[in-house]
Amino acid sequence: MAELMKKTKKANKKNLGGYAQLLVPLLSILLIVVFNLFRDPSFFSVTTTTNNLGNTVLAGNLISILNSASELAIIAMGMTLVTAACGGQDISVGALATIAGSVFVKILRGGEITIGSIVVGFLACCAVAMLFGAFNGTLVSVFRIQPMIATLVLFTCGRSIAYWINGGATPTISSPLITALGSFIPGCPIPTPIIIVAVMAVLLALLFRFTTLGLYTQTVGVNQRAARLNGISPLVMKLVSFMLLGVCCAVAGCIGVSRLSLINHETMLLEIEMDAILAVAIGGNALGGGKFKVSGSVLGAYAIQALTTTLYAMKVPSTDVKAYKAVVIILIVIISSPVVKQAASRLWAKTRRLTAAKAGKEVSA
Amino acid sequence: MKRNDKSLRRREPMTDTMLLMTITIAIFFAMYFAAMAIWGGGFLRWQRVFDMLNDNAALIIISCGLTVVMIGGGIDISVGGVIALVVMSCVVHLNAGGSILSAALLAIGIGLGFGLVQGFLISYLEIQPFIITLAGMFFARGMTTIVSVKPQKVAHEGFKLLMKTKIEMPWLGYIAKKGNLVPARMEIGVVVALVIVVLVFFMLRKTKLGRSFYAVGGNSNSALMLGVNVKRTRFFSYVLSGLLAGIAGFVFMMHTGAGNASNASGAEMNAIASSIIGGTLLSGGVGNVLGTLFGVMTLATINAIVTTSGLRDPWWQEITVGALLCFFIVLQSVVLTLRGKGGIRQMIPAWMKLPGKAEAAKPVEMAEPAEGPAEEEAGE
Amino acid sequence: MQGDIVLTMRGICKAFPGVRALHNVDFTLRAGEVHALMGENGAGKSTLIKVLTGVYGKDAGVISIGGREVAIRSPQEAQKAGISTVYQEITLCPNLTVAENMFIGRDNSILVPWRKRAKRAGEILSGLGIPARPNQQLGSCSLAVQQMVAIARAVDMDCKVLILDEPTSSLDDKEVEMLFGLMRDLKARGVGIIFVTHFLEQVYAVSDRITVLRNGELVGEYEVEHLPQVELVAKMMGKELQGLSELQRDDGPEDEDSVPVYEAEQLASSSGIAPFNFAIRKGEVNGFTGLLGSGRSESVRAIFGADRVSGGTVHMDGKTVRIRSPKQAMKHGIGYLPEDRKDDGIIADLSVRENIILAMQVMRGFFRPISRAEQEKFADEYIRALEIKTASAETPVGSLSGGNQQKVILARWLLTHPDYLILDEPTRGIDVGTKTEIQRLVRKLAEEGMSVTFISSEIEEMLRTCSRLIVMRDRRIVGQLRGSELTQDNVMRTIAGGEG
Repeated sequence: MAELMKKTKKANKKNLGGYAQLLVPLLSILLIVVFNLFRDPSFFSVTTTTNNLGNTVLAGNLISILNSASELAIIAMGMTLVTAACGGQDISVGALATIAGSVFVKILRGGEITIGSIVVGFLACCAVAMLFGAFNGTLVSVFRIQPMIATLVLFTCGRSIAYWINGGATPTISSPLITALGSFIPGCPIPTPIIIVAVMAVLLALLFRFTTLGLYTQTVGVNQRAARLNGISPLVMKLVSFMLLGVCCAVAGCIGVSRLSLINHETMLLEIEMDAILAVAIGGNALGGGKFKVSGSVLGAYAIQALTTTLYAMKVPSTDVKAYKAVVIILIVIISSPVVKQAASRLWAKTRRLTAAKAGKEVSA
Repeated sequence: MKRNDKSLRRREPMTDTMLLMTITIAIFFAMYFAAMAIWGGGFLRWQRVFDMLNDNAALIIISCGLTVVMIGGGIDISVGGVIALVVMSCVVHLNAGGSILSAALLAIGIGLGFGLVQGFLISYLEIQPFIITLAGMFFARGMTTIVSVKPQKVAHEGFKLLMKTKIEMPWLGYIAKKGNLVPARMEIGVVVALVIVVLVFFMLRKTKLGRSFYAVGGNSNSALMLGVNVKRTRFFSYVLSGLLAGIAGFVFMMHTGAGNASNASGAEMNAIASSIIGGTLLSGGVGNVLGTLFGVMTLATINAIVTTSGLRDPWWQEITVGALLCFFIVLQSVVLTLRGKGGIRQMIPAWMKLPGKAEAAKPVEMAEPAEGPAEEEAGE
Repeated sequence: MQGDIVLTMRGICKAFPGVRALHNVDFTLRAGEVHALMGENGAGKSTLIKVLTGVYGKDAGVISIGGREVAIRSPQEAQKAGISTVYQEITLCPNLTVAENMFIGRDNSILVPWRKRAKRAGEILSGLGIPARPNQQLGSCSLAVQQMVAIARAVDMDCKVLILDEPTSSLDDKEVEMLFGLMRDLKARGVGIIFVTHFLEQVYAVSDRITVLRNGELVGEYEVEHLPQVELVAKMMGKELQGLSELQRDDGPEDEDSVPVYEAEQLASSSGIAPFNFAIRKGEVNGFTGLLGSGRSESVRAIFGADRVSGGTVHMDGKTVRIRSPKQAMKHGIGYLPEDRKDDGIIADLSVRENIILAMQVMRGFFRPISRAEQEKFADEYIRALEIKTASAETPVGSLSGGNQQKVILARWLLTHPDYLILDEPTRGIDVGTKTEIQRLVRKLAEEGMSVTFISSEIEEMLRTCSRLIVMRDRRIVGQLRGSELTQDNVMRTIAGGEG
């Protein structure tokens, strides 16, 4: 009885087949699309150009949105898992990606850059990122510290650790292989980061399909004690979610490094943690944990990037973008706020009743 | 009746708030005294303490705000951005011929504005505080560059005078090498910060609103049932935090005298870290501004120690702060877990306790005070 | 003792989208009476209380207090109007002190008079005989004491109407008696008390009048003397009572020589119970009984590995096994329905389907997910078999009624086909109809060869269901009763500490 209100709300949600939560990110993207249609239809044109390496590649705002949202989308995937399992967010993802990038650079600078050394470098930075992920995960699961506080440690010192790994400066790595990773593989018109996102998405989908990761994570996120009594270890699931996020950060870090062929520990993926959390929230996932949809977060990531790119296209100075972004974010969350929704539905019901009454009067007259 | 009074005065086990704060203060003093013993020099002078206060006055102020918000179970990460915006706006305003008073009003106005809007959205529209204040931070940082992309320096003579004004305390000074007395100097901003700490401390401890913050943070559902106006209480916590951020912006300006888009970057995380080190729990309901003050000082001391101890590489500072933070949060976790289990008394196995139904089944409190009323009856 | 009418509710209606929770309900409360509000789950008791305390707004109807019509829009307004509520779950703040919890939200002074409050709180607490100190952090008190502090708060508010919403469900007998003393004391002071409970005996022990609700409608208001217990149950269920008496106990196999399905020697856990021996045979239903806190739940938690097991050996079907965690217990064919449905049982936000297949999935392992089609098959099968009332298999389980949630958890374990099933308070807080259903199911499972350990606070229910009772007191086993020894009298005497 006490939860009747909640009950009906949830029941309504269910009728949409569980995809209701994708409504908000889709709506946000739609809003930006419509806005752009009115502003400048040419915003959507996709053209082919020849880049300075002589490859025919796709270009245009759409491609640029998909391309530059890559790191964000990948980190948002992992962030969704952590959010669902732990009911909190990891604010150290930017720092962690920087550490991973540093390791990548350190190894590649150790010798000649070949495909083999890139693979070794990637695996090494995955391992390091998982280790740091496990550190965060241990603080959260064993010591029961709220995730945001636990990851504050790495947030504070992560970038300095990255600095320390390479012993200062902004080390560069240059090789056609790295450029291929960061921009285009010769002969392929699609930017490599977009392909990497697709690969990650497929891998994650396979992971959900062939393991019970999704069910276990949600169970732990909704009710830890019950999860334990059903043989699921909340400790392990939290640790796993953080380690998977570590892998996501490592991939994002490698992309980030490859784009610029260098690493700048101070600016790389700066404030991406904020965007990633935002992506999770816009994706309709409860920041308090429990049920989740990774696809929502990825859509959320693209919505955020679409907004940023639109603002750039409108010649808003890059330093001012934040202010406009903030306004849009606030509008989105206000619209999706349950209180506002309720008020709106009440208003809707009232006007319907009024019009119905009016119609009734007219009929009787 | 007398017996009753006595039982009231009996020492209670510490509350979680007190316990965490005590640990922090103890560690701060231990660390500071250790620094005095090992490195001596600057640490032996009072001026070192005042330097730490001078540099961190604004941080102390926003940390107070954050402590209140966190006690109420929320979070406010817009404070650093608000400082930057306030500093930039005030500098531009002063340079455009504004008076100090109107600049101060502008600072308070901007802070209050952020607090009111964020507070309204979070408490009355029930939107996640993290998202709202994150947007608030973006907005403030963006607005700062819209006000002025280029760094601005204060040119207002009166304000420059205000910046230079320092409170001298010769009795805490030291004799320099030349034999002259160098008095300890404290900026006006520090006075403002300390007054705010005292006011907020008093507010949290003694006022109805202050206790409501604890109630709402402890269990907002219960607080509602107990008749606390939860929404209004939450609202006020953000308004207070916004207001304090505005004041902190003004204090920050009195310290640096220049507006810069990157001012106070990361200040929100430093403030959160200070609050946590000072014993505030992000989950709400536990915390104290006095602890927060010592949290700020602990961070400052660590920084001072790192610089003094010869770890010259630029990365050491942050890595040590991170390690310290890690140490504190793990310590808090362990302490609270042990307490949650009922402390040492509860860890005694059942068979060692005196037999008795109530005692075996319930926490120890059941057994002890049950005698209280009985005794009293006998007395009367 | 009974005086004027303090509270009347007339024609109260409240609907939630799709559900008519209250329809035209009347309720009258006199000063100085204890008025029991009865009804099965879903009858509308909680909704009526929540309308009265301003948690929900009402769609229609009039509430008047002391003859004056009042509008109650929030808990604060209810408090001002003289209505105080003590809920089943503690609604105090554990991080504040006892005294603060008693006074917060009710005075208008801007400054908090700490010393005055502590003194006043001390007086009230000792006046009511509540073992708590004013400056103690509330979280350090036991649940029972916390509840009494909540009542003390209500008492001190000079309330005209005190609502006790299932206050006794976490108290043991001694504490219940203490509470009743408190209620009689308040009655004498002229407070009108609305008492909501599931325990019939308690209604008759303390109430003057009973109002019965069913399906959101008023059945009637009765004097206690004129309404025998059987009739009350009939009125609550809306049919003549038969199911309960029909159920006859079957003493089960008494084959002493067969190897027990489960046998523990000197099992001990971190929860502080004395090491105990325990065995159960195939097809047997036995039970742990004892007062709340006697260690009966802790014992089964030790068996399932839910608490940290600190010693003892376990044999299953004669082989020595090691059970240190719930997962190991599950692997050995043990199922456990926990006492606390909300915190330990259901995964509220997940669907009925996911809740049902959870345990089976865990047993299959992380890398062998059950396909969606199979999941749906299992879910539908058990929703039908146990008659779980849910809109669909995809409905979040948190939105079902308590009884149906319990059935979902039961389905979860039945799906794993355990050899040995532990049911800790499966019938607590559920309506009488579902209770009987669950009891029948337990007997049926036993007949099919499952061993079941059954725990319930109601001795009568235990006697009906179990063929052997293990009696606990003070965290140790003090006796075993079987066959003809199983009478209410015997059990009571053993619990109380006669010759066990």
